[in-house]
Amino acid sequence: MGIFEYAPAPESRDIANLKPNYRPFLGGEFVDGNGEPLKTINPATEEVLAEVGTASVSDVDVAVKAARKAYNNVWSKMPGSERAKYLFRIARLIQERSRELAVLESLDNGKPIKESRDSDVPTAAAHFFYHAGWADKLDYAGLGPNPRPLGVAGQIIPWNFPLLMLAWKIAPALATGNTVVLKPAETTPLTALVFAEICQQAELPPGVVNILPGAGDIGQSIVEHGDVDKIAFTGSTDVGKLIQRQVAGTAKKLTLELGGKAANVVFDDAPLDQAVEGIVNGIFFNQGHVCCAGSRLLVQESVAEEVMEKLKYRVSTLRLGDPLDKNTDIGAINSAEQLSKIKGLVESGDTEGAHRWTSPCPVPERGFFFAPTVFSDVQQSMRIAREEIFGPVLSVLTFRTPDEAVTKANNTPYGLSAGIWTEKGSRILWMANQLRAGVVWANTFNRFDPAAPFGGYQESGFGREGGRTGLEAYLNV
Amino acid sequence: MTATTATSATSATPTPLADATRDEASLRRFLHGLPGVDQVGVEQRAAGLGTRSIKKAAKLWAIDTAISMVDLTTLEGADTHGKVRALTAKAKRPDPERPDTPKVAAVCVYPDLVATAVETLAGTGINVASVATGFPAGRTSREIKLADVKIAVDAGADEVDMVIDRGAFLEGRYGQVFEEIQAIKAACGDAHLKVILETGELATYDNVRRASWLALLAGGDFIKTSTGKVSPAATLPVTHVMLQAVRDWRDTTGDLRGVKPAGGIRTTKDAIKYLVAVHEVAGEEWLSPHLFRFGASSLLNDLLLQRRTQADGHYSGPDYVTVD
Repeated sequence: MGIFEYAPAPESRDIANLKPNYRPFLGGEFVDGNGEPLKTINPATEEVLAEVGTASVSDVDVAVKAARKAYNNVWSKMPGSERAKYLFRIARLIQERSRELAVLESLDNGKPIKESRDSDVPTAAAHFFYHAGWADKLDYAGLGPNPRPLGVAGQIIPWNFPLLMLAWKIAPALATGNTVVLKPAETTPLTALVFAEICQQAELPPGVVNILPGAGDIGQSIVEHGDVDKIAFTGSTDVGKLIQRQVAGTAKKLTLELGGKAANVVFDDAPLDQAVEGIVNGIFFNQGHVCCAGSRLLVQESVAEEVMEKLKYRVSTLRLGDPLDKNTDIGAINSAEQLSKIKGLVESGDTEGAHRWTSPCPVPERGFFFAPTVFSDVQQSMRIAREEIFGPVLSVLTFRTPDEAVTKANNTPYGLSAGIWTEKGSRILWMANQLRAGVVWANTFNRFDPAAPFGGYQESGFGREGGRTGLEAYLNV
Repeated sequence: MTATTATSATSATPTPLADATRDEASLRRFLHGLPGVDQVGVEQRAAGLGTRSIKKAAKLWAIDTAISMVDLTTLEGADTHGKVRALTAKAKRPDPERPDTPKVAAVCVYPDLVATAVETLAGTGINVASVATGFPAGRTSREIKLADVKIAVDAGADEVDMVIDRGAFLEGRYGQVFEEIQAIKAACGDAHLKVILETGELATYDNVRRASWLALLAGGDFIKTSTGKVSPAATLPVTHVMLQAVRDWRDTTGDLRGVKPAGGIRTTKDAIKYLVAVHEVAGEEWLSPHLFRFGASSLLNDLLLQRRTQADGHYSGPDYVTVD
C-alpha cells in the first residue's frame, strides 16, 4: 500500500507457551502414545513448532475404556448441576488463558490473530458457558421426559477451527452426561492438548475427556470401536461418507458436518456496501477455510457490475501476511496439501473459461499463502461452481429473477448455509423458506452463536450442533 | 502543507447525474433509489477497522497527518476577539517547543469573528472557516442565512460551514434543501463550502447517505457530520457512510469531494481510527487536508501530547501543551 504504511504489530509468540513436545491425554493424564510422533508446523513459516506424540489403535481401546469407566462410575451419575460447575470452570479457564490459546491457534493453524482472538477463542468459551446452562435443565429442553446420555462419544474434528470445533463437540457431550474420546486434526493438534491441560486445571474427573492426536487411522479405529455409542464428525464429505458406511448397521448414533458450497445471494435492492462486506466476510474469513463459507456469490445482473467494482476495491484492501500481526486480515493456508488443492481448482477455473481476478496484495515468499481471488463469468457447470475449494477463492455467478436465484442457489449437492442480501423483508422470508440450507443468514454472513443450531442438508451432512436441537444428538430421547 | 481545498465544486450538476436534479420528484426518486445502509453491517465494519494496530512510524505519520487536518474550532456564545487570537496563535504554532509540528488546516469561528482570525492568520497558509447560515439550528429565513454567509465571506473567510435545514429534509422537501445549498454555494464565491448534515438529527444511516448525496449534488465541497452541538455528533459508522458517498461520487463523476467529521473526536486513538477508515473505505487519495478534516477543539492537544510521547518515549502530561 501507499502513504499510510501500517507498522507490523506482531503478537508475541512467547504468549503461546509453546513446548517442544506434546503428548496424548488419556484417563486424565498425558501419556506416551504408541503411534509415530508427528511434527506440527507453522504454515506461515513452514518451521516445526513441536513434536506431538500420537495414539495407536491400541491406545484408542485404552481411551475408550477410560471414557467408559468415567461414564459408568462418575459422569453419568453426577447431577446435572454438578456437571455444570465443571463446564463453567472450563469456560472461565478458556477465558483466562485466551491469549495463550489465540496465539497458539494462529501459530498452528495460520489464521490471523484477530480472528483467533476475537472469534475462535471467545466463541469456544461461549459454547461451554451456554451448555453449562443446559446441564441441569435437560428435562425442560422439550426433548421428552428424563432424557439420558448415550455413553461414550467418539469425536473427530477438522483443522480449520481446531479449538472452536472441539468446543462444539465437547461442550454438548459433557453437558448431557456423555464422556468423550476426541481426535484433533493431524495438522492442528496443539490447542486441543492445551485444552486437556484446562481439563486437568478444572479437576475434571479422569477419563471424561480423552484426546488422541493422530491421523485418519486413529479416527477410523474410534469410529469402528465396538464400545463407542456415538460418532460426531466434522470434515470432508468423502470421509463423512466412509464413516457413514462403517457405522451403518451398528447401534452407534451419528452426526456429520461436512462440506459446503454456500450461495450468497445479492439482490439489486441490497445495502450494497454492507453486502460487499458480507461477501468478503463470507469467503475470506479464515482464508476461506470455512465449511459454510459463502463461496458462490449469486448477484442480480442489474447490479452485478457495480458489486464487482466495489468488491474488487474492497478485496484489494485486505492485508495478507503474518498471522500473528494484528493488522493481518488473511493468514496462511493450513498446509501445503491444501494449498495445492486450491491451486488445482483455480487452474480448472481458468481452463473452463472463468475470468480470474487476484488481489494485488503482496504475498510472503515463505509459508503457504494464497492471494484472495475472485472468479467472474462463472457458470453453474464449472468445477469452481460445484466443488468446495476451501480457500480464499470466490466464484461469482449472476441471476435475473428471485426464482432463478433460488434455483441456482439450491442447485448443489451441498446445503450447509446461504446468505440473502435485500432490504425487502418479505423477500428474505420467502427466500429463506425456499433455500435448502441449514443456516440462512439475512444481510449478514458467518455469524455464530451457541444458541443457534448449525448443520446441513444432503452432502453437507446431518444432525445439528448448538442450541436446544444440538442437545438431541447426545441424548436418548 | 497548505490547506486549501483541491478543486472547487462546480455549481452545475455533473452530467451522469443531471437527471437526478431535474425536479423535486426526480430528486426524491434518485435519493430513495440509493442502496440502503444496513445498520448492523456498517457498525460491524466500523468496529472491525477500529482494531487496526497503528504504531511507531505509522503512528507518527498518522499524528502529523491528523494535526494537519484539524479545523481548530471555537464556537461558544462567549467567544471573544481575544479567544480567537489565542486560537490562531495555537494554530500557527501548535507546539511552540517543537517547530517541526505541522500547522493545522484551518481555524473555525463564528462569522462576526472572521476578520480577527483573517488578520492574525494572514500569510500563514492556514484557512479561516466560518459557520454561517444561522448556525447551529439553521432555523431562520433564507435571506438571513445568505446575509450570514456574506458577512463571513466579506470578512475574508476561505471556507464556509453551513447547516442544512433538517426540518425540511425530514419532511422530505429535498428540493428545498438542494436549492438552499446551491444558493449558499453561489454566495460563497471562491470560498469552499462545507455542508453540515447534523447526522445526529437525521437518525438513520439511510438518511445520512441521502443527505450526503443531496449535498454533493448541490455542490458542497465537503460533507460534514455535525455542528458539535447535538449528541451524537460524529461517529465512526456515520463517517464510513459519508466516506462511501464521496467515493461513489468520485466513481460516478470523477470529481473529488471532502469529508469532515466534527464533534466528539477528542483523542489521538479516535483520530487514528478515522484515518484508517479514510484509508480503507474511501482510499488514500483522501488522506489529505484537501479532502479530509477533523472539526475539533480539544483533539489537537491530545495529538500534541501523543506526538511528544512518540518522540520522547514518555508521556509528559497536559501541562506541557498550551490550553489554547
